[in-house]
Amino acid sequence: MDFNLTETQQMLRDTADRLIRERYGFEQRAKILKSPDGFSRGMWATFAELGLLAIEVPEEFGGIGGTFQDVAIVLEAFGRGMVVEPFIPTAVLGAGLINAAGTQEQKAELLPRIAEGGLFVAFGHGEPKSRYALAYIATRAVAEGDGFTLTGEKAVVLGGDCADLFIVSARTAGAAGERDGLSLFLVPREADGLSVRGYPTVDGTRAAEVSLQGVKVSRSALLGAEGGALPLIEQAVDRGIAALCAEAVGAMEALNEQTLDYLKTRTQFGVPIGSFQVLQHHMVDMYIAHEQARSMAILAADRADSPDALARAKAISAAKVQIGKSARHIGQQAVQMHGGIGITMEYSAGHLFKRLTTIDRTFGDADFHLARYAELSAAA
Amino acid sequence: MDLNYTADELAFAEEVRQWVRANLPPETRHRVLHHIRLEKQDFVNWQAKLAERGWGAPAWPEQYGGTRWTSVQKHLFEEILAEEGAPPAIPFGLGMIGPVLIAFGSEAQKQRYLPRILTMEDWWCQGFSEPGSGSDLASLRTRAVLDGDEWVITGQKTWTTMAQHANMIFVLARTDPAAKPQKGISMFLMDMATPGVTVRPIITIDGEHEVNEVFFDDVRIPKDAIVGEPGKGWTYAKFLLSHERTGIARIGRSKAELKRLKHIASEETVEGVPLIRTPGFAAKIAALEIELTALELTNLRMIAAEKAGQAPGVEANMLKIKGSEIQQTLTELMMEAVGPYALPFNPEAREPGWNGEPIGPDYAAPLAPDYFNYRKVTIYGGSNEIQRNILAKAKLGL
Ligand SMILES: Cc1cc2nc3c(=O)[nH]c(=O)nc-3n(C[C@H](O)[C@H](O)[C@H](O)COP(=O)(O)OP(=O)(O)OC[C@H]3O[C@@H](n4cnc5c(N)ncnc54)[C@H](O)[C@@H]3O)c2cc1C
Repeated sequence: MDFNLTETQQMLRDTADRLIRERYGFEQRAKILKSPDGFSRGMWATFAELGLLAIEVPEEFGGIGGTFQDVAIVLEAFGRGMVVEPFIPTAVLGAGLINAAGTQEQKAELLPRIAEGGLFVAFGHGEPKSRYALAYIATRAVAEGDGFTLTGEKAVVLGGDCADLFIVSARTAGAAGERDGLSLFLVPREADGLSVRGYPTVDGTRAAEVSLQGVKVSRSALLGAEGGALPLIEQAVDRGIAALCAEAVGAMEALNEQTLDYLKTRTQFGVPIGSFQVLQHHMVDMYIAHEQARSMAILAADRADSPDALARAKAISAAKVQIGKSARHIGQQAVQMHGGIGITMEYSAGHLFKRLTTIDRTFGDADFHLARYAELSAAA
Repeated sequence: MDLNYTADELAFAEEVRQWVRANLPPETRHRVLHHIRLEKQDFVNWQAKLAERGWGAPAWPEQYGGTRWTSVQKHLFEEILAEEGAPPAIPFGLGMIGPVLIAFGSEAQKQRYLPRILTMEDWWCQGFSEPGSGSDLASLRTRAVLDGDEWVITGQKTWTTMAQHANMIFVLARTDPAAKPQKGISMFLMDMATPGVTVRPIITIDGEHEVNEVFFDDVRIPKDAIVGEPGKGWTYAKFLLSHERTGIARIGRSKAELKRLKHIASEETVEGVPLIRTPGFAAKIAALEIELTALELTNLRMIAAEKAGQAPGVEANMLKIKGSEIQQTLTELMMEAVGPYALPFNPEAREPGWNGEPIGPDYAAPLAPDYFNYRKVTIYGGSNEIQRNILAKAKLGL
């Protein structure tokens, strides 16, 4: 067993860490959040230059053809910096889905553009009534002529605000909740009948409500086989979760560091507050929560691309439960130990808390994944 | 033993409920129950109405506009107001400086300020905490120096709740730098319009402007703006903070919020099934309801002891600890209930009079911001760590 990074991974980590340290300080991030896009296109170009957007893209399409662990390394650094650029929607979900299901033509057309930073992608799957259930999809795709007509609503589409291209799920058969009958489609933003209502989310990233009213696409817009997309969707979301877990570990690390520092420097009653035993115990529990989360994030990254779908799903759900628990514990305690300062806009601890809370609520909360894990365990 | 309210108490409760229903403006009620931002006028108008009915300050002595209600009646009154969606009482005037003035203020101060507190003609805020002095309030550094007929006050306060609405502030300042920390502190009454007072907003992570920094730059106030005697400010502050405990558990409000949580959890569905019917979430709601019931009975036991003549003691700190934790769990479950729709940040939807199209269900917008905002309830008014320290020492002798 070997938990060490390879030499290339160590280089990747150094690159990502330096980028965050030098270009993604708290003030710089605050400035980025205030810009009209809510993220920085300049930063995105830097990601592309450094090859970060190309990790999931195979070499034959101008990418690096890296492993999921490489992606996780970048995301951990992004978690520390609370990066708001839509990296997971485009470089993980987008590139991952196109890579997994696309035809040679689709890959050749889209993947190089993702790697170069010229294409923002969003995965439009969840719906107002689907909550976290991946098969509970009602959007319809009706075959017409040599194409399809799409009608339905997509909810809280991450990165949908700025996406040039949506990967949308819709039913070519079956009813909401059924495993069969789901298909994926590539829908450009400017398609007639597609409307996007973008907004910021509570943690400062961006999402959108996407409405499809009789959107016509050609058959070549189909991504993967007709009617059999659910396994692909499950895989994509599991990979998204593994990415979020890595990001959360970075955010927890930053929050723990900051809190520990505060305990050592903030004085009340003439002593550093870290000398109060109750706070020491809280801090130790936060340290343990972070280590537990890190272990599960490593497992999730390792299993994200496993050919054994059941092993993958179990590891991912287990990781999401642990990350949710740790994130909640660390976030709440960190704020509490900072006192009033912890809940102010000008101080970064509260923002890390908000990001961690958001991660807990994305792609299924701890309750959802606990139930999924229990079900999968009973089955196997 | 009889765990039921008496017929008289029930009749009283019914009278209060009917009156609130008839007099609380529906718009205000809607705002409170739907977590829409209240305007200053919502608070002021309601307090004025209560005062007119003679219910402006139930806990005060009758001669200043109070009632002769029993502790059970006072409790019922607070509960019913909260359950019916009345604006929460702003504690700084009625619950804090009012009782201090009644106990220690000069006759002139009583005559001038108490009636204006009763009708909320004055909006008071609390100038205690400083950047370096939070839990350790006695370390405060704001100075007050007597110069002829005036006190000159210099320093900085922080976390001053709703100072943006306030026209009056009560301030703790150091009048004797040579004395032991607690002994050198005095309490002052200050008009916020006095030259040299600056209020600067602090925005919290939910995007709200609720707290402020307040700066005193050689602010000159009259000599008689001091409360009681110089150097006794700490004693008055402790008296004041002990008064904060009435209603601190906020059980009435939590009951109203629990009702709302159940409503949301029955609107939200998991694959077509109402969330409230799913075993996991149903168990969470049940556990919370049981905690709340236990707290309510604990509270009632203390009220009964108070009625029997025992002074409220540090047991009340227990109400603060549990009450605040329950409030936090409520905000957390509400956010959880809306699933992915907790994520959109749509602050306009909390503005009174907004009639845009919501993102997701119309009740979703305030839920995550409330969760972030409510982290404060275990910090302010003496953090829960401090409350536990006090209980450990005073109750358990540790
Ligand atoms: C939303 C909000 C509104 C407020 N409104 C007002 C107001 O209107 N007027 C006003 O004067 N003040 C107000 N406060 C201030 C409030 O009373 C202080 O925030 C509180 O006393 C804690 O002080 P602090 O924030 O400086 O934290 P600190 O005192 O620095 O505490 C930091 C952490 O250390 C812990 N700690 C400190 N001492 C000990 C100890 N001895 N043992 C164990 N743990 C300890 C605390 O519990 C906390 O977790 C408000 C605060 C908030 C957040």
